[in-house]
Amino acid sequence: MAEQSKKIDKSTIIEKPIKEFQHPQESLLRKKAIPTIYCPGCGIGTTINAFLEAISKYCQIPHDQIFVVSGIGCTGRASGYVNLDGFHAIHGRAIPFASGVEIAKPPMKPVIISGDGDLFSIGLGHFAHAARRNIDMTVICVNNAIYGLTGGQDAPTTPVGAKSRTTPYGKISFPFNLSHIAIANGATFCARYTVYEYVQLSKAIARGMNHQGFSFIEVISNCHVHFGRRNNLGDAIAMRQMFKKARKRMNEKDIGLDIHKTDIIFEAGKGFTKIPTGIFLEERDEPEEFSERIIDAYEFIK
Amino acid sequence: MVVKRQPKVLTGTYFKNGNWAMVEGAIASGIAEFFAYPISPASEIVEYVSYRLPAVGGKAAFIVEDEIASINMCIGASWAGSKVLTATSGPGFSLKQEGLGLAYMTETPLVCLNVQRGGPSTGLPTFSAQGDYMQVQFGSHGDYPVIALTPWSVQECFVLTIEAFNISERLRTPVIILADGEVSRMMEQVTIPKEEEIEVINRKGPKQGIDKTKFKQFDASDQEDLVPPMAHFGEGYKIFGTGLTHTEDGIPKLDEDLHIELIDRIYKKVEINSHLYPEAHTYMVDDAEIVIISTGISARASLEAVLEAREEGIKVGLFRPITVWPFPRDEFEPLAKKADLIVVEMSMGQLIWPVERYARKECTLVKRIGGTPPDPKNILKAIKKLAKK
Amino acid sequence: MEVHQHPEKKHYIITDESRCKGCGLCIEFCPKDCLGYSVEINEKGWRVSKMHRMKDCIKCYMCERMCPDFAIFIGENTKEEGAKD
Repeated sequence: MAEQSKKIDKSTIIEKPIKEFQHPQESLLRKKAIPTIYCPGCGIGTTINAFLEAISKYCQIPHDQIFVVSGIGCTGRASGYVNLDGFHAIHGRAIPFASGVEIAKPPMKPVIISGDGDLFSIGLGHFAHAARRNIDMTVICVNNAIYGLTGGQDAPTTPVGAKSRTTPYGKISFPFNLSHIAIANGATFCARYTVYEYVQLSKAIARGMNHQGFSFIEVISNCHVHFGRRNNLGDAIAMRQMFKKARKRMNEKDIGLDIHKTDIIFEAGKGFTKIPTGIFLEERDEPEEFSERIIDAYEFIK
Repeated sequence: MVVKRQPKVLTGTYFKNGNWAMVEGAIASGIAEFFAYPISPASEIVEYVSYRLPAVGGKAAFIVEDEIASINMCIGASWAGSKVLTATSGPGFSLKQEGLGLAYMTETPLVCLNVQRGGPSTGLPTFSAQGDYMQVQFGSHGDYPVIALTPWSVQECFVLTIEAFNISERLRTPVIILADGEVSRMMEQVTIPKEEEIEVINRKGPKQGIDKTKFKQFDASDQEDLVPPMAHFGEGYKIFGTGLTHTEDGIPKLDEDLHIELIDRIYKKVEINSHLYPEAHTYMVDDAEIVIISTGISARASLEAVLEAREEGIKVGLFRPITVWPFPRDEFEPLAKKADLIVVEMSMGQLIWPVERYARKECTLVKRIGGTPPDPKNILKAIKKLAKK
Repeated sequence: MEVHQHPEKKHYIITDESRCKGCGLCIEFCPKDCLGYSVEINEKGWRVSKMHRMKDCIKCYMCERMCPDFAIFIGENTKEEGAKD
């Protein structure tokens, strides 16, 4: 019986479908740029998919007002695959570019999709200042704990003990807790999800975009080609199964004042054993976002 | 607190410095945003814009976290449709180089004021120099054509800033003003004309009523001046910009022929529109046997030397390129054929490179580093030495 | 493109072999184990994901959500199209 059910059933194929089927997000994809440059199973594609679902399904911002900026790196290519206004800035400078647009045209809603190396290594200063100013932008950081595009060197998010091309004996220095940086610098929305939690991620992106002010969403993604391979974590499937096991849902109340509860735990040989996920911060009585403050500040000039 | 709204153009005659005049020029051109980081001797620009720009209805004038952020914010604001300005000095200009490279590649109009100071490194802050001449052209990696203007008086600081914005908007390219510390802080008479007398050019946009989905941000195939019309974010064109080699609609494509075509067009764009750039300033060159080539404050010292030498009966003239990049070759070459050349500059010899290249002969260099302008006596000495031969 | 229609629920599952890179995420995370690798390879040399047992499909959207390459998705059944006889 089991054998029977494993058989390939071709009877359900429709040779001539009545209409041409399209991916639900097809109209938001720049078809000339597809297929993506990403390795099979990469989490960045899933993140793009989640972002597109967020803007088409869960949030009501008109698409003409959304624009996507990314920096350099694997995730840096994300803006090119999205059929919206977009820009592919230089390494680490996606946030200043988006800030410039937001200040010049306040109705625009910048979304930055970039990697951990781009946003938190070379671009950390800009991130901190954008969060301080509370500029109305959504930063989606795809954190794969490694520099993927350049071939697997250790990033500031690579956990202690993890092996990479430049840390063949195990990483020595401590990694960043990205949520910690965001909250400490004044972000008013902060969330973290793994690529496995697609629906929650998509909804969190939409919630971050509806939020007036600086919102930060960290996506724990799988770089099985560089991070997974060197740390014996297997392929894309194995890494996502690991995320499935390691994720631990938390919210503002669970965390309280101890932001270290959101630290990701990595054990050499075992991989990630604890990834706290959820919405860590959402300021409901939002302070005014930056471009509104500018308009208010110059009101007395008549 | 109520502040009265100020007029955009402060028509009248003033006794002010170069930094003030450059800001007034930029505001008369209609800048909406200004992002910079304070650095002497350009700090005054930053301070004055912060006071003046909000009062004329500009959106924002900000000190941002660093030089790199300032140039990238300028690119962003320019892509959102604003005229933008940034100001810096030597070390800050070095930091801006990668961003400027992006602006050249993505054809973003903006103006960068570079008030030169002594270098290398932190060098001589607040003192003056002319050592960024080569950096302007060769600072960022790769090949890109540069338009750089050098003022020598406070009046020119005003006029050239407007000119710089007009060129930048017309050609969709960054334009750099290479002032030196001396010109920027020198007090002088400056006359600002009436608003209607100032010619302000804005960038061309896509044709009205075209299919928005078919618009290509980098397509100049039907443009005579090779400048593609520029659409902005939020207008529904779904434009995309990248620093990578890109196709006409901005999609990254790493292709040999495409790269050649793209860089060729960016170069040609600057080359074929050379009639738009300010012409070189010549003084007493018609009968001159010796011609001094100099820019900025050194040109003023050179002028003094020329006048003194003429009194002594030596036939000397002055050639002052206002557009230093691209070098005004057509105007310079006929002069170079008939006269001996002296280059006066406040560096160890940078302007002399294109001069010797286009003159095809060796020239005398009068150099002066150390923060103060060259002494006309030294220039006169060089003239006399050359005249005796 | 290969289109499968569920015999009763009438929704569609579409697999696009030109986009699929054969990572196997949809196959692994399908709760009903409906999907599998193809026998033949696509033009890029991958063994792509194919719907093997459409009858078991419960339209949970897991495959569409897991796919990084927009290669597998669900087609909704609308009234006008009617059912396949």
